[in-house]
Amino acid sequence: MKGRLVARYGLLTALAMVLSYIETLIPLSFAVPGVKLGLANLTVIFALYRLGPKPAAALSLLRVALVSFTFGNAYSFWYSLAGAVLSFLIMALLRRQDWFGELGVSVAGGVCHNIGQIAVAAIVLRSTAAAYYLPVLLLSGVLTGMAVGAAAAVLIRRIPPFER
Amino acid sequence: MKRWRRDLLLIALLLAAALTLFLLPRPSAAGAAVLVLQDGEEIGRYPLSEDRTVSIGEEAYNLLTIKNGAAAVTEANCGDHTCVRTGWIDRTGEQIICLPHRLMIKVVGGGSSDWDAVAW
Repeated sequence: MKGRLVARYGLLTALAMVLSYIETLIPLSFAVPGVKLGLANLTVIFALYRLGPKPAAALSLLRVALVSFTFGNAYSFWYSLAGAVLSFLIMALLRRQDWFGELGVSVAGGVCHNIGQIAVAAIVLRSTAAAYYLPVLLLSGVLTGMAVGAAAAVLIRRIPPFER
Repeated sequence: MKRWRRDLLLIALLLAAALTLFLLPRPSAAGAAVLVLQDGEEIGRYPLSEDRTVSIGEEAYNLLTIKNGAAAVTEANCGDHTCVRTGWIDRTGEQIICLPHRLMIKVVGGGSSDWDAVAW
């Protein structure tokens, strides 16, 4: 039983890392720093719906740590962490309240990820100039959140249930 | 499928928020000032946060106006008036140039130009 859990979480964590890596190959942040596809959120949303909030939280934090240490730097770790924590809390809340479908949860998560990043940037730079990017990051959070949410909705329904 | 509708409502609301923020006047970078250079030498530096008018030169005359966090040359006796037509500047790095008077006014300080150095 325990072995299965380890394998399952390991698989999802690896998948999240690969998706984060693929994301670095698609440069979206040509105009505004911080714009990302948020592909790795696919695994977090999947885990949130299929495994529950605790495994999803673990996956999200592990992913941030591993990806930052592998591809990022000290700054990107804090940005990602703030984004991931805020995004996860909102997604878990919305999931539990059952107000929205996967699409809404994903969009809220994408937007909150960006808001968390901006908050850290404002603190690091000691400047409110960070808010200047808010509209663009809101927009990109909605668009990428829609794409990821639509994909997550399909995966959550199509991937056969895990064995207990 | 009521949740679908709520999803779309959420998306619409967020897009509206983004659009509203986008259309709002953007605050200039905090602490930004204008630097006035003539022949490449600094002849003045004024914070954008205080409204004022500064008259630069006598025969070669430009009137620098700072108002509501932005700066512009509102009067000049140079030939081409390019400086006046440049209009208001408030972002770090923006500048007004009056070539006939060898005058350059640029916005310095503030956070936005630091952004290039930030890795996400």
